[in-house]
Amino acid sequence: MNAISPDITFDLADTALRELNAALHAATGESNARRWRVLNPNGRHAVAVGINAPLTVEIEGHVGYYCAGMNAEASVIIHGNAGVGLAENMMSGFVHVRGDASQAAGATGHGGLLVIDGNASARCGISMKGIDIVVKGSVGHMSAFMGQSGSLVVLGDAGEALGDSLYEAKLFVRGSVKSLGADCIEKEMRDEHKVLLAEKLKAAGLEGTVDVAAFKRYGSARQLYNFHVDNASAY
Amino acid sequence: MTAHSNVPRTPPRFSATFDPATLAEIRRAAATGIYDIRGGGTKRKVPHFDDLLFLGASMSRYPLEGYREKCGTEVVLGTRFAKKPITLRTPVTIAGMSFGALSAQAKEALGRGATTVGTSTTTGDGGMTPEERGQSQTLVYQYLPSRYGMNPVDLRKADAIEIVIGQGAKPGGGGMLLGQKISDRVAAMRNLPKGIDQRSACRHPDWTGPDDLEIKIEELRELTDWEKPIYVKVGASRPYYDIALAVKAGADVVVLDGMQGGTAATQDVFIENVGIPILAAIRPAVQALQDLGMHRKVQLIVSGGIRSGADVAKALALGADAVAIGTAALVALGDNDPQYEDEYQALGTTAGAYDDWHEGLDPAGITTQDPVLSARLDPVKAGHRLANYLSVMTLEAQTIARACGKSHVHNLEPEDLVALTVEAAAMAGVPLAGTSWIPGRTGGY
Amino acid sequence: MCGIVGLFLKDPKLEGELGAMLASMLCVMTDRGPDSAGFAVYGSGAKDKVKLSLRATASYDFEALAAGLSLPAAGLPGLVVRGTHAIVEIPAAREAAVRAFLMERHPEVAIVGTGERMEIFKEVGLPASVAETFGLPSMRGTHGIGHTRMATESAVTTAGAHPFSTGADQCLVHNGSLSNHNALRRALKREGITIETDNDSEVAAGYLTWRMKQGASLGEALDAGLKDLDGFFTFVVGTENGFGVLRDPIACKPAVMAETDQYVAFGSEYRALVDLPGIAKAHVFEPEPATVYFWERAQ
Repeated sequence: MNAISPDITFDLADTALRELNAALHAATGESNARRWRVLNPNGRHAVAVGINAPLTVEIEGHVGYYCAGMNAEASVIIHGNAGVGLAENMMSGFVHVRGDASQAAGATGHGGLLVIDGNASARCGISMKGIDIVVKGSVGHMSAFMGQSGSLVVLGDAGEALGDSLYEAKLFVRGSVKSLGADCIEKEMRDEHKVLLAEKLKAAGLEGTVDVAAFKRYGSARQLYNFHVDNASAY
Repeated sequence: MTAHSNVPRTPPRFSATFDPATLAEIRRAAATGIYDIRGGGTKRKVPHFDDLLFLGASMSRYPLEGYREKCGTEVVLGTRFAKKPITLRTPVTIAGMSFGALSAQAKEALGRGATTVGTSTTTGDGGMTPEERGQSQTLVYQYLPSRYGMNPVDLRKADAIEIVIGQGAKPGGGGMLLGQKISDRVAAMRNLPKGIDQRSACRHPDWTGPDDLEIKIEELRELTDWEKPIYVKVGASRPYYDIALAVKAGADVVVLDGMQGGTAATQDVFIENVGIPILAAIRPAVQALQDLGMHRKVQLIVSGGIRSGADVAKALALGADAVAIGTAALVALGDNDPQYEDEYQALGTTAGAYDDWHEGLDPAGITTQDPVLSARLDPVKAGHRLANYLSVMTLEAQTIARACGKSHVHNLEPEDLVALTVEAAAMAGVPLAGTSWIPGRTGGY
Repeated sequence: MCGIVGLFLKDPKLEGELGAMLASMLCVMTDRGPDSAGFAVYGSGAKDKVKLSLRATASYDFEALAAGLSLPAAGLPGLVVRGTHAIVEIPAAREAAVRAFLMERHPEVAIVGTGERMEIFKEVGLPASVAETFGLPSMRGTHGIGHTRMATESAVTTAGAHPFSTGADQCLVHNGSLSNHNALRRALKREGITIETDNDSEVAAGYLTWRMKQGASLGEALDAGLKDLDGFFTFVVGTENGFGVLRDPIACKPAVMAETDQYVAFGSEYRALVDLPGIAKAHVFEPEPATVYFWERAQ
């Protein structure tokens, strides 16, 4: 646990979730300096969802579905594992899970940075729309499915059908890829991609610890962007 | 002269199975290698509200006077959990239609018309535009599998949230928006490359099934501090179970869309062959609500082929709390208007039959992103036409309700109806006219 | 559509608390399944005996039924009545005769499971009241599985509640929705498998029974299920000596597992696991799609 001096502590063992979220929503620019600490989440769903201010929220334990959902501006740190849909549709800010994340981490996220210290399971970054996701472990099957934009950086391995039906999201995987999904191909890692990857790694606090040359880049072959009968078997 | 000249010839005869339309479709498929894509709802004839009639009051029941004796039409939606339920002056709402599928002018016109008569409009797949938020006093924000343009700022601006699981034209399918309509603005709102064919997902990315939907609803409520009504929209296919599950998952309002409901673009085979008519869907849905003790507590909005105040009254009599219109609203704005007949002809169709909404060439400027075409639609005038039409529908529904002796349209009942056909009697669960026979009322759903 | 829990103890010292732990896990899953609940517990048993889990109606006279069995004096039925259910323990050699007797004389009683050690209880209602009615918190055992049900297309009845027994000492709970269960049900019926309800999960159970009757191991049967069962599923399966987990290849329905030196636990959500001892230090992970997991006790 980090040594922090929280200004506000919510213990979900004896406080309703609704009170926590309402207080977080009411926090304004004037309370920006405040640090929030959440105890005993015990797998509760929808913890710290919909924050719209640059707060720092530290959650001590495992959380359920949709933690930090639709986050904007806030930094949410989870000292535990996260359930389905971690930081789903995040707009901006920073979400960091110290353990593993379940399915659909960062789903449909528009912006911000999601860092997962452990593994993420299936559909990590599904329909991502601009979010950056850095997974220190591995990701499960169908990750970045229909990924529109943003980046998914995986230090470990990727499961089956990586980047299926990909649009313009950029995928970087250091380990093995079990299989690529429809219309996803390995692409040349040019200098601009190395710069981009280095930026994302730096933002995730990994500067100097990981060699960008060890990654492969994957992106859309753009063959499915407009229907062509020769590609019908991919549908 | 040959010996055959006096033999009567067999006249050319088309096959009923391989009729000209079928033959043309086979040739089209063989030439292109892709299924036919179009907009709108089913074009085949299905049992509908036309096959129901009201039993007006006479001796056994007393009617109300039009213009003098009050007949309420207001409806309150979202009374179950939401802190801020919605009150509408008429039970006719505007169904979800996206900016992208429709021009910004059309979205604005919908908002203007609906606001004038005190009802709501609904966003679609592609996010909320300032035009529609600005002009819609009550705006329902659709939460769709694609999450195009979905953001918490707009979510909080909405008056209600509609989680879309399916729509009547294509239960089980995702949305489509073809390249011709992905303009710069649409592409930016959806975060997609311009000009691509966009195929939306058919399932939500971060939940599947009613048990997980319950958790998703909790998240949306927490996000919006439990203020906004949460609708759940399904396409009609297994309405008894789907409505029951939406209620169990915590919906405030359920929206049930029959197969006549339109869509911006999808496969013709889907539109014509998947889902059931709204006539057949309402009673099982109401039965589910009644079985759970939730009828009128969780409100039911039905849609799919609603055209007149008579349709509204019939839907309410079967147990709905409100209806939604899509296609009819577009027609009121000016869709398929004969004034553009020459242009429809140039597109190889005719006014009234135009359904290539996905191609973005709509002469009426409604289902297009073309700046020249869309500029043809004056949002103020079109909004006024829509308001007129909505007022007429409301008055018509009141007229029927009064004739049946009801001081509120919600007091219409299935017992006020009879059916003209055995099919309609079975589907609507009302007796065949002149009999007490309701076919098929033995089993469950 | 439901919540699933499972608990497999490695440490015999916890056996006295199995029921209490399972009850706590089950109750947390109420939101996922408020319609009915059920569980199977693997407790004590004797090699030459078999336990029949019987279900009837409220205040059914199980004493009279047991008396009517008129087994030889040495094999008097052991009878434990819990609410609408009773566990009747009889000599294994008499099982066929007792089943025939029940079928003929007591059609009002359903046999919901049989086995040397497995006992199954399930009923309509909230999980907390179901657990309480059957006295789950005080049950001992080596492992158990449980289920809370949100009925989708089949009726909210006790018969539709899980677990479904798949054979002697075998049972299954399911979260998801199978899309080919009607065709499969017809095929299994032709193969002589009895399926009593319109529930898709019972078809899955019947399918595994059928595979195992053909000589497949449970693992092989689950593997075959990946090919033959269409739709979405997470299964947890109990056997006399262990329990298994299988998710469909798309793996949309949730599953979380925790393993420590003392136990392996399964929950549809992590919440179900939070009260387990030492959970903070447990290895918490998600089972992979289309992968058969199985834990077995040392014999």
